[in-house]
Amino acid sequence: MNRPAIILALIAAPALADADPESLRRLVHQDCGSCHGMTLRGGLGPDISPSALTHYRPEDLTTVILDGLPGTPMPPWRPLLSEDEAAWIADYLLEGESK
Amino acid sequence: MTPAPLSRNAAENLRHPGFHHSGNTPAGGIRARLLALTLAALALWAPSLPASAQATGDLGLVVERASGSLLVVDQSERASIGRITGLGDLSHASLVYAPDERFAYVFGRDGGLTKVDILAQTVVNRVMQAGNSIGGAISDDGRFVAVSNYEPGGVRIFDAETLAMVADIPTDSKTIGLVDIPGSRFVFSLWDTGETWIADLSGGTPQITRIKGMGAYPYDALVTGDGRTYIAGLFGEDHLSALDLWQESPKPRRILPGYAKGRAGLPVYKMPHLEGWALAGQDFVLPAMGQHEVLWVDARNLEETGRTPTHGQPVFAMSRPDGRHVWVNFAHPLNDTVQVIDSVTKAVIHKFTPGPGVLHMEFTPRGHEVWLSVRDAGKVMIYDTETFEKLGEITAESPSGIFFTARAHRMGL
Repeated sequence: MNRPAIILALIAAPALADADPESLRRLVHQDCGSCHGMTLRGGLGPDISPSALTHYRPEDLTTVILDGLPGTPMPPWRPLLSEDEAAWIADYLLEGESK
Repeated sequence: MTPAPLSRNAAENLRHPGFHHSGNTPAGGIRARLLALTLAALALWAPSLPASAQATGDLGLVVERASGSLLVVDQSERASIGRITGLGDLSHASLVYAPDERFAYVFGRDGGLTKVDILAQTVVNRVMQAGNSIGGAISDDGRFVAVSNYEPGGVRIFDAETLAMVADIPTDSKTIGLVDIPGSRFVFSLWDTGETWIADLSGGTPQITRIKGMGAYPYDALVTGDGRTYIAGLFGEDHLSALDLWQESPKPRRILPGYAKGRAGLPVYKMPHLEGWALAGQDFVLPAMGQHEVLWVDARNLEETGRTPTHGQPVFAMSRPDGRHVWVNFAHPLNDTVQVIDSVTKAVIHKFTPGPGVLHMEFTPRGHEVWLSVRDAGKVMIYDTETFEKLGEITAESPSGIFFTARAHRMGL
């Protein structure tokens, strides 16, 4: 991680330290939604609605969220999210609104 | 001005331009009664008074991304004057205006193409033309509306009057950066194959010119206001690519080669946007990908002329219509801030935090005001572009794109 990214992480960490499901849900739809569409059914990035992710195990999806997919536009969210938050998002994506 | 129903006086003036009468003389009274009778007679056979008598030059539309609606706004009143609903999924929606500045064509993320009437504030027609779309353009003559699709990919072209499909251009790729250029032509790029295609609709069937070798993963593109230079931003390369569309056979030219060389790319949480407002003085200003800076190139020779460090990764770098300043907003998580850059010194001269989620900026046609969508505040905020003083705000539901009608007369918008 280069220096600006570390600074970014330091700036962002306090904001999400006490993140609640509501703000994570918002992050998923608004910010993941920048590429995957606000309804998560795809945009420049692929469809990430539950039916499109059935081949993912929760722990693998958590890793993709934290570390991104090198060689694709999927960025690592580790600078902005804790592992618990990424795991919550992975579960939310796999289970949909029932979560 | 507010499009209230036409007043009696307005109706009279409309039907009898230059006819003056006074109600306080006998003659005037008779004339007025005659006029009233004439109007009543007219009303028997004439269609109801045309709503188009309302001027539209200072109106605009604001996309309310979460609720699938458009707010109709009045620039001079700095107010909302109505809402058009029922447009489907408008996340990342954009729109273009018909040359008459009355109708707009809205491109929804869900593949919906909707024609709206901003005077009647209604949906005129709506077709689901694809599964997932990203944007569109209208031809210079106003006859064709083109839509750029992610799913199933390709570009589809519609009759602007009826929304009947007139051409289907499959590409086997997501398409991005769709713009209009003179001669009933559209230009767009292919995300998956790094090509740019020109579709010429001046004849009966579209003639396609394919230009290969633009570079890996073009994510957005712009055309300059003169329709000459098409610039594609590339996710997969450390440069941008430009085409001179005035050449007989345009060839991709690398611009800003290696602009991030030796520097680790930062995670990109939102792709930058490229639009036709890049010209600032004698330079084009462009958002860097994966860096906290905007990049400047000479508009004539496309050589780098400078870089300006910024608060975050730029999403929009928008030149004010006169080109004197450039306004920049940023990607998540730094999207609460806006910076203003002087085009001559290339230095940041102003920085402020309008609120959480500044998604979009739109200048009034001559640039005296800028309107900002502040998504998470649920407001459109209006600022003076010289004093940076806040002039007003309008409540909106998760506002994103702001589109003033003056775009009707600008190429590439």
